[in-house]
Amino acid sequence: MISGMTSTSCIGRGLEQTLAALHGRRSGLAPCAFRDMVVDTWVGEVAGVDDEKMDADLRDFNCRNNRLAQLALSQDGFADAVEAAVARWGRRRVGVFLGTSTAGMLRTEWAFRHRDADNGQLPTEFVYAGTHSPYSLTDFVRRKLGLAGPAVAVSSACSSSAKVFAAAQRMVDCGLVDAAVVGGVDSLCATILYGFESLGLLAKEACRPFSGDRAGISIGEAAAFMLVERVTGPQDREAVYLLGAGESSDAYHMSSPHPEGLGARLAMERALASAGLGPEHIDYINLHGTGTVANDAAEAIAIANVFGTATACSSTKGATGHTLGAAGALEATICVLAVQNGFMPSSPYTGPRDQTLEINYISQNQGGAISTVLSNSFGFGGSNCSLIFGRPI
Amino acid sequence: MHPVYVEGIGVLGPGMESWQEAVCLLKSEHAYRPGKTILSPPESLPPAERRRASRGVMAALQVGYAACAMAGVLPAEPASVFASSGGDGDICNAICSALAAGDHLISPTQFHNSVHNAISGYWGIATGAMAPSSVVSAYDGSFAAGLLEAVSLLVSLRTPVLLVASDQDYPFPLSAVRPVPDIFAVALLLTVTPHPGKSLAQIRIAGDLPFAELPGQAMSDLQLDDLSRAIPAARCLPLLQSIARQDTGNIVLAYLPSQYLVLEVAPCR
Repeated sequence: MISGMTSTSCIGRGLEQTLAALHGRRSGLAPCAFRDMVVDTWVGEVAGVDDEKMDADLRDFNCRNNRLAQLALSQDGFADAVEAAVARWGRRRVGVFLGTSTAGMLRTEWAFRHRDADNGQLPTEFVYAGTHSPYSLTDFVRRKLGLAGPAVAVSSACSSSAKVFAAAQRMVDCGLVDAAVVGGVDSLCATILYGFESLGLLAKEACRPFSGDRAGISIGEAAAFMLVERVTGPQDREAVYLLGAGESSDAYHMSSPHPEGLGARLAMERALASAGLGPEHIDYINLHGTGTVANDAAEAIAIANVFGTATACSSTKGATGHTLGAAGALEATICVLAVQNGFMPSSPYTGPRDQTLEINYISQNQGGAISTVLSNSFGFGGSNCSLIFGRPI
Repeated sequence: MHPVYVEGIGVLGPGMESWQEAVCLLKSEHAYRPGKTILSPPESLPPAERRRASRGVMAALQVGYAACAMAGVLPAEPASVFASSGGDGDICNAICSALAAGDHLISPTQFHNSVHNAISGYWGIATGAMAPSSVVSAYDGSFAAGLLEAVSLLVSLRTPVLLVASDQDYPFPLSAVRPVPDIFAVALLLTVTPHPGKSLAQIRIAGDLPFAELPGQAMSDLQLDDLSRAIPAARCLPLLQSIARQDTGNIVLAYLPSQYLVLEVAPCR
């Protein structure tokens, strides 16, 4: 059961702003003006991240990624929800499962620019464990929330913070935790911006997923968290649950998707099987939908193979940008908002329809009773994860 | 917690080239002599991937294949868990050094190899495995975190799971802030049911709160004990020693700060 949730991205701090932006089809993307980086692209930068002050005992964790995590944790009463879970289950029975692809890489880039001129050492203020380590985010959040249960970082590129839901659910199922803080945080850095530029994958304007003239991705940053708890007693008809998760590997190429979307298809089929649902039960699909020609084409083939051409689909990356290791959790929160508010968000920029993609990509926001939704997250290395959220079945 | 069974092991580290060699060292039949880790890249990696894959990837694939071969399991079959304290140190160093020098032209191959799940990606490409593959990290406790993930995956899927934990050294200057002396990689092929004559050992996570506040006893061979503390993935060595010696009892593994993971280990005869 989802008993707490928050997200912060370029479209808003917390759920209220996020929902308002989605309702208004507003994008948070803008021409890149991040630090001194010169890249001809648009990005989704979160305002005010650097105003966050770290607690004195958590200073070793001071980097943009952890400041963004802290900013998000202070929204939507999330920390209070976690404290209530601690009261129910005990500090040692609440786990932390967080995804990130680059952790505090921006801080490492800074450290390399400030090496000692004589001996080449990195500056003494640079703390590897607190900022560079993939586990730094999990460690920070676990300390910030005062938790003492099992904890892990998942770093599988752009599927990271989708896969944490599967990992957390397994830990609940096998009895090692009763509740889990699940989520993901990724923040802008030079490695990502220049790296994606080197692959020729960055759009020069805001990304236009699934449009006929799509031309690449827009990078964003985000932090999103959910509190997942063991279900005891009768199901709450008003609550939203993690109903299923499916994972697969493409076994194809490090940075290109399987052209027929075979891995994506397996992930969706496994998610449906784990939820005990058929494709006809899914009301809306939040696509991975990055906006590159190859990714969207492969995903469309996979969707058509599993669901046919009728199920409503959209990508929200035109609003938030591709938030990489945070995308799975960010889009999971959007999926839960869709169920809670009975609406399916379209993209801010839909562009001309790509007639070769045979799926029902919605060009306008749509309302209605939505009880079950699926979210896709696919990453480099062919790492795929699909999640299903919804009302109890 | 349901017990799991170890059916294949691969290991590679400084002065330790295979599980067969490691058994002799861990049973104190031969003295352990630290050396350099020597890679023998698996033949089955396609030529293009062989050119692109880094030494850390090669080491992980090598032990993964060895564990599958020992268990008689096709490498494409098991679900997998890849645990590692850090990503590829050579690539991270190269990218950060170039960026600091104002060179913004990152090599596309280096960029896609920089992801923490590069090993998982190459494993899939080399073996054709399309099964779920987890990629986890927990600093010095990454092996224990990987084992927890592998056990929970095994209980959930009820198909064999391959756990690979590996770490590699950083070049300077990162080596000064994260001193890891060399490559160490270990793989365990785990199953949910025992196979008489094939299963080596039974591992059970000790209860619902399987954690201790204090570390276990140091390994009796001081040089092996040093190795187990020097490289995060080598924190598995007390467990490997227990399996090699066919001991029955509890093993305490490094996990999170002031929180050690307790395992009940017993041989399968």
